[in-house]
Amino acid sequence: MLTTLLRPDSGHATVAGVDVLKHPNKVRSLIGLSGQYAAVDEYLTGRENLQMVGELYQMSARDAKARALELLEWFNLSEAANRTAKTYSGGMRRRLDLAAALVVRPPVMFLDEPTTGLDPRNRMALWEVIETLVEQGTTLLLTTQYLEEADRLAHDIAVVDHGKVIARGTADQLKAQIGGERVEVVVQNPLDLSEAVAALTPYAKGDPTVEQHTRRITVPVSGGARVLADVIRELDSRSIVIHDIGLRRPTLDDVFLSLTGHVTTDEEGEPDGAAKSADKAAARTADSAEPIRKES
Amino acid sequence: MTTMTSAVGNAVPTHRGGLLPGLRDSWVVAKRNLRRMTRIPEIVVFGMMQPVMFVLLFTYVMGGAIRVPGTASDPNAYKQFLMAGIFAQTVTFAVAGASAGIAEDMTKGLVDRFRSLPMARSAVLVGRTLADLVQTALTLVVLGLVAFAIGWRIHKSVLEAFCGFLLLLLLGYAFSWIGALIGLSVRSPEAATSAGLVWLFPLTFISNAFVPVSTMPGWLQAIAYWNPFSATVQAARDLFGNLPPGPGPTEWPMVHAIGVSVGWSVLIVVLFSWLSVRKYRSAVG
Repeated sequence: MLTTLLRPDSGHATVAGVDVLKHPNKVRSLIGLSGQYAAVDEYLTGRENLQMVGELYQMSARDAKARALELLEWFNLSEAANRTAKTYSGGMRRRLDLAAALVVRPPVMFLDEPTTGLDPRNRMALWEVIETLVEQGTTLLLTTQYLEEADRLAHDIAVVDHGKVIARGTADQLKAQIGGERVEVVVQNPLDLSEAVAALTPYAKGDPTVEQHTRRITVPVSGGARVLADVIRELDSRSIVIHDIGLRRPTLDDVFLSLTGHVTTDEEGEPDGAAKSADKAAARTADSAEPIRKES
Repeated sequence: MTTMTSAVGNAVPTHRGGLLPGLRDSWVVAKRNLRRMTRIPEIVVFGMMQPVMFVLLFTYVMGGAIRVPGTASDPNAYKQFLMAGIFAQTVTFAVAGASAGIAEDMTKGLVDRFRSLPMARSAVLVGRTLADLVQTALTLVVLGLVAFAIGWRIHKSVLEAFCGFLLLLLLGYAFSWIGALIGLSVRSPEAATSAGLVWLFPLTFISNAFVPVSTMPGWLQAIAYWNPFSATVQAARDLFGNLPPGPGPTEWPMVHAIGVSVGWSVLIVVLFSWLSVRKYRSAVG
């Protein structure tokens, strides 16, 4: 709705101070959009793709061309500039798509799962680009299923479960909400799991989570490394063989689990397609104060 | 990745609105579609081969058995009669190009990108239909040359023949708007191609395009004469000087074929461009 692709049934919204319903074209000239599926024309070259987008942002043909070359350079696509996008790898296409969203240096950007399906190297490279943008003052609205991505890129995180915002705040605020450290134990023998849970219970500051197939138990604790030593001794005294054990700070995954009470639903396994974007974290990193406002 | 001058600028152009920028946007999109055609020439080539094959099959396989009234002894008569029909059928195939092209842009997410840009809402569709018009014109040129090579001749002035081709192109342009609406309505390019073609065969065959209507059963004759497609065939046949000798059909749309042809084409453009642009505004890829 904020990108003007959908019209809301009611209410109103502003992007960078411009009313989405009253001046949709003004909004469109202020935003850049990059989706989950790289929306580039595979029969055009990288340069032609960016130049076309520039011209459709109402730039002159010459400016659009200059900007296209500048972006190709920035995204390390100069060498592929005159090849059709069909010959690009997945990572290159995604970079081209992101470049297309940056043609007019938009003050507000919408990225829908920008790194879904990318290998770790390309994901890191894309994160660096996104961080640079944010440093330079772009307001970014990012949706992602990778909570690690939200943790790294976002200042302000809204956790969405089945269409409802269930929590908002910075990554640290969200983590603080569910408590501090936790001990994670992986036992050697799955039959030891219940025994191990019993052993951990005296140290637990909350309900332990058990993952049967990975033989992993996670319990919130307080007391740091001392507790870890105690837990190891306790398990040892009960002759439970430990495969792996560690103390760690909560991740946003833990936040999500404790907030929703269930494991992140796999999109593929979703019984009805309607809930497609249900379990996502919408993350926003803002430089200017509250550029996106939505009321209903 | 190297550093960039700045990601956020101050000079963000805004859309000026109005007709002229709309035309420019359409031209940018048309240019993109034409470029695609040069990158995938097989689509253009196969698009041309189909009507050429129709000409050859109808002329040499069926033509011998079809007698055009009033030309009983002339072996060349059917060719002269046939060509306006084949030309007209060929231009209607623009439906398939437009519907498949738009459906592909929808599934690839390009329509979403276009819809997020500050460009005219009609430009994606106008750009598509304009590119299809260019392709249709190219196909007509090639088809005309093939027809000339096997003995088809124009028996009226160059100006009249030119007007005949204009009428055909106008029909093709109108039909590509029908294709645009189909492309926006179906979910896959494959479905768009078949949805675009399935109704074209009855439409073009229950007409005066391939056989003289007077040989059909009475009830079918009425349909064929009033078929909008027949008006363009009759008009083009007239403007090329290819009407069979003797008194022609006396039905109203046949007598006023040129006007009826223009009327239908304009009506289709107006109606389907309105429906398509409306659909485009709310289309979700």
